[in-house]
Amino acid sequence: MKLELRNVTKRFPGVIANDSVDLKVESGEILGLLGENGAGKTTLMNILYGLYSADEGEIIINGAEMSFTGPGDAIDAGIGMVHQHFMLVPVFTVAENVVLGIEPTVGPVGTIDLGEARREVEEISNKYGLDINPDATVEDLAVGIQQRIEIIKVLFRDAEIIVFDEPTAVLTPQEVEEFFKIVNGLKEAGKGIIFITHKLGEVLAISNRIAVLRRGKIVGEVDPKTASKEQLAELMVGRPVDLMVDKGAAEPGDVVLSVTDLVVRDERQHTAVDHVSFEVRAGEIVGIAGVQGNGQTELVEALTGLEPPLAGHVELNGIDVTLATPRALHRSSVAHVPEDRQRSGLVLEFDVAENIVLDSYYAEPYSHGIRMDWDYAHEHADELIDQYDIRTPSSRVKASNLSGGNQQKLIVAREFARDTKLIIASQPTRGIDVGSIEYIHNRIVEERDEGAAVLIVSSELDEILALADRILVMYRGQIVAEVSGEDATASQLGLYMAGSVA
Amino acid sequence: MTEETTTKETPPPSKRPRWLEVIAPRQVDWVTLLVIPILAVLSALIVGAAVIVFTDGFGAVLPAYSALLRGAFGGWQSISETLLASAPLILAGLAVALGFQAGLFNIGAEGQMTIGGLTAVMVGFSFDGLPLLVHLPLAVIAGLLGGALWGFIPGLLRAKTGAHEVITTIMLNFIAFRTLDYVLKLPFIQKEGRFDPVSKDVLDSATYPSILQWLPIENPGRLRLHLGFFVALAVAWFVYWLLYRSTIGFEFRAVGANPSAAKYGGMGVASTIIFVMAVSGALAGMAGANETLGVVGRGVPGFTAQIGFDAIALALLGRSHPGGVVLASILFGALRAGGRTMQAQSDVGIDLIVVVQALIIVFVAAPELVRAIFRVRGGKKQGQVTRGWSA
Repeated sequence: MKLELRNVTKRFPGVIANDSVDLKVESGEILGLLGENGAGKTTLMNILYGLYSADEGEIIINGAEMSFTGPGDAIDAGIGMVHQHFMLVPVFTVAENVVLGIEPTVGPVGTIDLGEARREVEEISNKYGLDINPDATVEDLAVGIQQRIEIIKVLFRDAEIIVFDEPTAVLTPQEVEEFFKIVNGLKEAGKGIIFITHKLGEVLAISNRIAVLRRGKIVGEVDPKTASKEQLAELMVGRPVDLMVDKGAAEPGDVVLSVTDLVVRDERQHTAVDHVSFEVRAGEIVGIAGVQGNGQTELVEALTGLEPPLAGHVELNGIDVTLATPRALHRSSVAHVPEDRQRSGLVLEFDVAENIVLDSYYAEPYSHGIRMDWDYAHEHADELIDQYDIRTPSSRVKASNLSGGNQQKLIVAREFARDTKLIIASQPTRGIDVGSIEYIHNRIVEERDEGAAVLIVSSELDEILALADRILVMYRGQIVAEVSGEDATASQLGLYMAGSVA
Repeated sequence: MTEETTTKETPPPSKRPRWLEVIAPRQVDWVTLLVIPILAVLSALIVGAAVIVFTDGFGAVLPAYSALLRGAFGGWQSISETLLASAPLILAGLAVALGFQAGLFNIGAEGQMTIGGLTAVMVGFSFDGLPLLVHLPLAVIAGLLGGALWGFIPGLLRAKTGAHEVITTIMLNFIAFRTLDYVLKLPFIQKEGRFDPVSKDVLDSATYPSILQWLPIENPGRLRLHLGFFVALAVAWFVYWLLYRSTIGFEFRAVGANPSAAKYGGMGVASTIIFVMAVSGALAGMAGANETLGVVGRGVPGFTAQIGFDAIALALLGRSHPGGVVLASILFGALRAGGRTMQAQSDVGIDLIVVVQALIIVFVAAPELVRAIFRVRGGKKQGQVTRGWSA
């Protein structure tokens, strides 16, 4: 099968999401589609999958022009999509999930033929080496296995071209290896693959061809055999990018944050953080590595006063702050860059200035008594916009109108512009463009050099490796390893992250 | 989907004029703020005309609408009646609007009005001999506190137990109505010599004074407009200041827009919810006091006259903005005042007013419909006003 997108253009009010994009993919090859968040990758794939209709251009399959009015048409034409966020029913079995929507039936009233479903799932699983038990309940399975169910779903629907949207975001390095084997197997079996990502290393490792999308346009096709990361980054961002963080050796001072035997429960009352102890000193960056969902979120919530811990002690400069409120911590010069900027870091309907004063509005000089001083807040916001390179027309623009990278810079500006003794940054660069990542990383190192203690929590190994002076690995709520930042390697950390204790 | 669907590549330039920034900071653009509501009212009047044609024939439309207009704005007395009717609507509308701004749906304005009106009356007929300058504010504050209590209860339930305010405020409405019936028959409250539920009369020193008696027209005593209208305007200004110029309002709006971010910013989400509901109830309580101290002069069953429910419509029509609520309330006041004249002077009954009000809400609640009918361009699509029940 040969799929071609010709001259595809899609406009949204004020933005051209796709600007005459040409793309080709054939059976038996892997096309890497590289681009930053907001470059138009997802829009393009939604057009291909029939979720959007293109304003101009055509989709051609084996020489015939297609018109998709919905995902059903795309599936019929042999296109399959594995979404970044899985679309599975947690309480159903693998087989039930796979056949959902096109269940094989028997008898006059259409009873679901689960036996047939299981046979087919097993057949596909064996054929592509996916190693899946059709009777397992989805919620009991690891994320990497759940992703394979998504792949089976697509294969069950006879897809010839399979689109993977940021498939590695939720996987451990070992799972990524496994995943690459599966994808290569699919390629050998004659499927065409479109692999969407913003990770340079991965796209180089797996693709046969790489197309780079920037601001809705294909800005280049690259041969992964000859291309370098730097070259790809430059194409993707539009200017040369320094991929390494410039940082000198750490000069750790006094202990700023001291955590002893901390126990935190999650919303469902399961123990999420299990007797964790560690220290962070002034002038050093401690990175907490781990696959998402191993207690990092709950750890940070406890340290920042959002959820009280069940047991244990937290000390800040020798003072007990175990049960301190977010405001008390804020006043003690703790900066917090939250994990999810849109859920808890920002009020999207508020403008830039309102978000800048979100955690300091109650005190001078932003307010006098209960009277807000908006003039001052806007002046202050304008200064930070300049200083932190936040791209916005003015401080009166709503935060929702900023790109992800600029939203994140807004939060970093708000948190770092004060006097900071301790910085707790959770996924500080998740889902933002390479330029903003570079900027935020440099800011974090600057803060360290000025004597702040920094705790970084990230599921991106590259980020931990680039920034941290000391690395702690979290697995199932416990710290299973501590490695010095200089000695650490990705493969070693990956093993710890997967739970194999040294 | 990835985040790409929610973030845009380039932010659109801010095109809001300065004056709009002053009256409605960070609010919606002027198309959404003014054009859509005005067109919604126009659409409702057109459909209302169609209803008249259907029930009374073509000939009835013009006389009915001209009587409506005369009754609302055709002379001093009409204007007096329009503004008189709008005063409690403003206060109750502000109560609901304030709740919306904090993400709370206060359906209990009617009950809070009932309790507030009752407590105001109780103070209003007691304390004989106090001067107006002391007694009237005292009675109004009593109404305010009564309403605040009736708003505080659902706020507390919401914050501490998660009981949704939509349910609890509706239930508290019924409790308030029956409480009123009961209290009005208590011996020290019931008017002497009466056996039906009527309270003693509010003393003159606690009655909102009429304010148009000085007009050089025949029989100015007919002009019932009282000081309460200006109190309502002052309160509207205060609510505006509170919401957009104070730290308290910043907390209200942050909790309404994103409770997790509010918590992250060090705000007490639960205490803010309780406080918002109490302030909202206080505003509704003032609306009740406005009626008992200014119009009825005593406590009677049902003195709230559905104003607390119209308040929901007013908050929607006014886009939860104090300025918008004032304009919407004057419109509804005009419909109430003009409707009576229409009923008296034409063949069309006052029920049409209910139809028109309902239609206005339909059109306001479905802005896309209005945009389609009038082919309005520009402006941003308006999202939901409140969060869902599970929020």
